[in-house]
Amino acid sequence: MRKEVREFRRNRFVIGTMAVLPFIFLITPMITIFKIPDSASGPQVKSAVGVISLLMLIIPIVIPPVIAAYSVVGERDQGTLEPVLTTPVRASELLLGKAVAAFVPSVAIAYAIYLVVLISVRFGAAHVVGTVVFHPPQLLAQLLFTPLLALWSIWVGIGISTRASDVRVAQQLATVASLPLLGFTSLLSFQLIKPSVPLAIGLALALLVADVIAWRLVSGLFDRERLVTGKEAGTPRQDGGLAG
Amino acid sequence: MRSQQWFQRRRVGFGWRPADWHGWVVTLLAVAATIAVLVLLRGSSARIPVMILIVAAYVVVALATGGTRPAEEARAADEPTDSEADSGVGVVQQRLALRALTYGRVSTSSPDEPALVVEHLTKRFGERVAVDDVSFSVAAGEVFGFLGPNGAGKTTTVRILATLIAPTSGTARVAGVLLDPANGVDIRRRIAVMTENPGLYLRLTVAENLEFFAGLYELAQPQARIGQALAAVSLAGRANDPCGSLSKGLRQRVALARALLSDPAILFLDEPTSGLDPVASREVHELIDGLRDHGVTVFLTTHRLEEAERLCDNVAILNTSLRTIGRPDELRDRLFTKTLVVRTLTPLASPDAVFAVAGVDGWRADDTTGYVLTVSDARIAAPAVTRALVAAGADLLSLAEVQHSLEDVYLELMDDDVEAGS
Repeated sequence: MRKEVREFRRNRFVIGTMAVLPFIFLITPMITIFKIPDSASGPQVKSAVGVISLLMLIIPIVIPPVIAAYSVVGERDQGTLEPVLTTPVRASELLLGKAVAAFVPSVAIAYAIYLVVLISVRFGAAHVVGTVVFHPPQLLAQLLFTPLLALWSIWVGIGISTRASDVRVAQQLATVASLPLLGFTSLLSFQLIKPSVPLAIGLALALLVADVIAWRLVSGLFDRERLVTGKEAGTPRQDGGLAG
Repeated sequence: MRSQQWFQRRRVGFGWRPADWHGWVVTLLAVAATIAVLVLLRGSSARIPVMILIVAAYVVVALATGGTRPAEEARAADEPTDSEADSGVGVVQQRLALRALTYGRVSTSSPDEPALVVEHLTKRFGERVAVDDVSFSVAAGEVFGFLGPNGAGKTTTVRILATLIAPTSGTARVAGVLLDPANGVDIRRRIAVMTENPGLYLRLTVAENLEFFAGLYELAQPQARIGQALAAVSLAGRANDPCGSLSKGLRQRVALARALLSDPAILFLDEPTSGLDPVASREVHELIDGLRDHGVTVFLTTHRLEEAERLCDNVAILNTSLRTIGRPDELRDRLFTKTLVVRTLTPLASPDAVFAVAGVDGWRADDTTGYVLTVSDARIAAPAVTRALVAAGADLLSLAEVQHSLEDVYLELMDDDVEAGS
């Protein structure tokens, strides 16, 4: 992970450009929020806040795949993957390191944007809006689901990266493949699933288990022979050993 | 040595940037203090003066702990130039570094056991046979050359032995460990591979690249080993340079240092002198000699036949299947008969009589005054032929043994393959 962080530091545009788009998409909904008067109706407030909440949960889904999708196929195209594969590192360890390297900046950006939204609502929006935004289950859901959704999105991206033959294809597929999660986040954001503390914790645990399973599945997809030669191995693979 | 600085002056633009974790902590504290002031002193007239105080304190800390020179200039001034860096690391220092690197290696199971045993190794990619029934063994501490034309299967063989790809059939024992899916990690702990493409992270420095691999090998004292590895390849002075700023030859040397980090029992070198100038190539050759002296088994693939001839204890010539294997001098003797070439000023009157001496098996005319003699032993035949020529009154211009090189062996075998194919 330290290597990945150093590479991000040497090319800050990688992280910088990750943060720009979410901020841009937030502008219109935030203006809508600021315009809501104290006398606004409950459904109107919830609808506006729901859009913001949805965007907050979309950020950890759509930001990580671009980095995650580059993680394996990009290194192969650079020529840096083969030397790494000749070391004792197991596939599961290597992929975990790459996942963490994509996870940290993605979640940091998502939380930073959320903090900006909270501060903006606290000082710029009507009290009735703040009541909905600062509703504890809503806050808890945002805090819990952001990293877990990001992690799921990262595993999808890395999984595609281990099988794709081109970086561009991997990045586009990874973004598309993480979109189904939007259905889940929409249900939460517009309170079609009423957020409560037990529900938030339960769903978070389920996501955590799904993330761990995704890690094992993606590790199983890792095929050294395919990555080195571009051809499938002839026989089943085992993690940490020969691809075949 | 680079001076400790929390902040460094930006080369372009105004201000400073954090240089290490101290700088980042100070920056984060300043940001946190600013936010706290904005929140807690909301509506108070003291907010602006307090914020000015925070910014002023930050600037004072940056000035006090940073420099006035841009970061790149400070680094360049503090560190030795190429000539300064390398002048202090001569052959003796290289040898010392190599000795330190190879001390305490994980060895093969027994000192008499070969480092590498390959039996009937075959690899097919669909219908194409890349490696066909190859068998050989490499003794521990040997420099083994693996030669062949492009597409012969050399890199495929190395990849199989490095556990990157699986063989279609056949077995191998690498550094005493059976080549098996379950043993991949164990094998890779005992070997190191220098691929033809250095595969360096160009945005990271030389030291950072080596640190990353030191971490992958879980080395106990990574900084010490990195220093030794860089000294062994005469790159100690370039540790803090980004790999993207290095020439191809220097990147090759960094890749070699990376391969030496883990002190492997077997070192696979794929074209290690590719792109290197003659001086750098000679340094690599001396390094390989040094590795052999310290008991490291080197598996060398190369196109440079003179390099293989100079360095290798044994060579194998591959063209999908193994064409020949043996010591370079054995291969020459096996493939070529010993030959003497005689040149006289005028044609001999009776060559049959002159060349009917001990050690000469036969002769043929090369041109009117040249004669090619097939001999069993040049040490016996040459003096006898000389005496016979003198006794016959011949005007001898030259008498020399034809020295066949490994290149001659290689070309002879490849020509046979071409003829067989046609």
